[in-house]
Amino acid sequence: MRDHLDRPVLVVTGLGVVTSLGAGKKDNWAKLTQGVSGIHRITRFPVDGLRTTISGSVDFIDVKPFTATDLSFAMAELAADEAIRQSGIGAPKDFPGPLVLAAPPVEVEWPQREDVAALAKENGAQEITYDGMMKVARQRPSYHAMFLFAYVAERMSERFGTKGSPISLSTACASGATALQTAADALRRGDCEAALVAASDGSIHAEALIRFSLLSALSTQNEIPEEASKPFSKNRDGFVMAEGGAALVVETYAHAKSRGAKILGFLAGCGEQADGFHRTRSNPNGFAIIGTMKRALADANLQPDDIGYINAHGTSTPENDKMEYLASASVFGERMPNLPISSNKSMIGHTLTAAGAVEAVFSLLTLEHQLLPPTINYRNPDPALPLDVVPNVARSAQIHAVMSNSFGFGGQNASLIFTREPVAAK
Amino acid sequence: MKHDVVITGIGLLSSLGEGVEAHAELLNAAPANTAQPHGPFLIHPLCDVDFDRQIPKKGDQRQMEAWQRIGVYAAGLALDDAGIKGNNDLLSQTHMIVAAGGGERDEAVDASVLEGLQTADNKGAYLNERLMNDLRPTLFLAQLSNLLAGNISIVHGVTGTSRTFMGEELCGVDALRTLQARIAHGQAEIGLVGGAFNAARKDLMLNYAFEDLLLSAPFAPVWSRNERHGGMAMGSAGAFLVLESRDHAEKRGANIRAKLTQVETDRCSRNVGEMENSLKSLFEKLALQPEKNLAVLSCANGAAPITEQEENFWQSVDENVALRAIGTVAGHSFEAQAPFACALAALALDAQKFFAPFEAKEKTFSQNLGQVIVSCCGHWRGEGLMLLEKA
Repeated sequence: MRDHLDRPVLVVTGLGVVTSLGAGKKDNWAKLTQGVSGIHRITRFPVDGLRTTISGSVDFIDVKPFTATDLSFAMAELAADEAIRQSGIGAPKDFPGPLVLAAPPVEVEWPQREDVAALAKENGAQEITYDGMMKVARQRPSYHAMFLFAYVAERMSERFGTKGSPISLSTACASGATALQTAADALRRGDCEAALVAASDGSIHAEALIRFSLLSALSTQNEIPEEASKPFSKNRDGFVMAEGGAALVVETYAHAKSRGAKILGFLAGCGEQADGFHRTRSNPNGFAIIGTMKRALADANLQPDDIGYINAHGTSTPENDKMEYLASASVFGERMPNLPISSNKSMIGHTLTAAGAVEAVFSLLTLEHQLLPPTINYRNPDPALPLDVVPNVARSAQIHAVMSNSFGFGGQNASLIFTREPVAAK
Repeated sequence: MKHDVVITGIGLLSSLGEGVEAHAELLNAAPANTAQPHGPFLIHPLCDVDFDRQIPKKGDQRQMEAWQRIGVYAAGLALDDAGIKGNNDLLSQTHMIVAAGGGERDEAVDASVLEGLQTADNKGAYLNERLMNDLRPTLFLAQLSNLLAGNISIVHGVTGTSRTFMGEELCGVDALRTLQARIAHGQAEIGLVGGAFNAARKDLMLNYAFEDLLLSAPFAPVWSRNERHGGMAMGSAGAFLVLESRDHAEKRGANIRAKLTQVETDRCSRNVGEMENSLKSLFEKLALQPEKNLAVLSCANGAAPITEQEENFWQSVDENVALRAIGTVAGHSFEAQAPFACALAALALDAQKFFAPFEAKEKTFSQNLGQVIVSCCGHWRGEGLMLLEKA
């Protein structure tokens, strides 16, 4: 089956997800549709002197010693294993296609840096310098690979036996969506018949939190952690940093059919447009976000009226939610106040690199269950953003097409469209 | 394949200088050695650059760390070379894939925090207090991998699409592979691809010192390092290319420097013999013209044992292979190394002449240059080969 541009139609046959709500689709979907929050006080490291002391960290996976790379791998692995099992594709350690992974940026972390500094002192250094640390560094060879950018993808590639050189990518908070788009490009070119798409972010440590805090991006409403993330509310004050992982098996329709796989939904369209206005803010005219949504619609051969629900980026920052509303209103016009749009981040926080893929999994579950997850903590609506955010309680609906939006620092914008049925080629 | 993919713009910045002409001098003679000590190891530092020439606003420069400035500068050179700088209509449709690492850290702050942590009663509280006070608020943006691409969008207006690939050497090859494939299949008509690396970074050197991969004095050329201990000399470099379909390039009267015919990549676990097998299977995929001897531009970095393994592989394919290790003249620039090599290969094909040997072990090449293979073995994982041909 081919689409309106004579490209292979793309389907999703496997889903896996990990968030602060738990491991696996079942647990996550149950809590997400009951309006349960995964946000809690940080216990992983001391929070003395910090403005933000809450997060959606994934604490039930025990990585010792903690490193962002090892937790990111562990969540990506868990999610991919779930997705591949559901899909029934390939054989253990033999996935018949490439890996596209959205992974967080990597660098040597403080505990390891501190370890090498202490080693330098033991070896007679009077004061700590990078020169002194480099002189003793060869006593810690295992630190090399674990802080390489290729590390998580390489381990995933070896674990699941994906084919070819794995792609690790980042488009900041749009990364998960970009990974799906990059895989879709390859499938549509005919480079492969199936791809494993994964995204993971396990980088809640003191410095990562402080960096976002210094940019004033985080909520500081620490008193009741579950209520801090309140997208589209008037008193929203920033996002809540969170961890998570997701994986999707994406195939051509022909490939899925030929092996008798169950089709969970169709990846109908992808859109992307960069914004050169500012490092952290969208152009106030919204042209790049609008362009991104319109390109996704055109790519899917759909009209705005075909979209029944939007899985919002909805970070709960003053800036994002306003820009997302303005751009959506421009694309969807008079329908916007009545077009359901909800933010998973009200419950799971902002899973950063993973968000686009985590929310893609939830978008597909929305289609499967015909149930819209709510935006919780919506008690003080922002009157400037007249939206149906599916306030506080999940709602049944007949939905055929979902748009999932992701936006990131650096002018990154990506929109994906998933449908229950293939879009007819005109 | 539907469309020929050609290279119409080259932007280079390294220890050798800036721009096409400075790097084309390599065709005539090997340059003087540019490696210098940086801490306990040797690096090839960036040449002197007036960043104002490509990044006119000081405010923009302040928002970037050195690796981003190097990249934005080289990207600007590539857009100039392609004749599309300032062509906002075209730039808004130009697709971008950047190969990036991240960083950089304030070395003095790190050292001071580490000193304090040695004696702090409450280490966690101490770390929090120091980071809250000592990290620059905008530092994060200067570290984020995708902010090199973000800054290219802001400074040069490239806004068609923007993706950033990560993963040391191979992400540079995969960026080229992906953009080449997108253009070949009509998913894009024109794009900008490349990477940047700042070698003068002890925070990053530390990571390679863990595995004892760095070269200390005295300097030796890449293929001769194995006689001692082996090792890579990191090199500062920015390398960007404008790729487009031949039709698109010809329609706008662009100067076509070379054709990027093929990009092939793979990985293996690097058990004994695996890297050579991986290179062999990639090599067999290349649609080579039957020529007397091969011209190979290698990204080999000098570290043992993979440098020798790669050299042996090429000699097993062609005992008279003209092999050139760009690491000898410009150092190793990780994410930027493959785009750098690809750009140099395009220069050579444009001049129809291969590079003069960079060291005595490298054989001269006196045929007319019709094709160049670029070879890139990641220092840890990943193998890639590219085939470029005269336009």
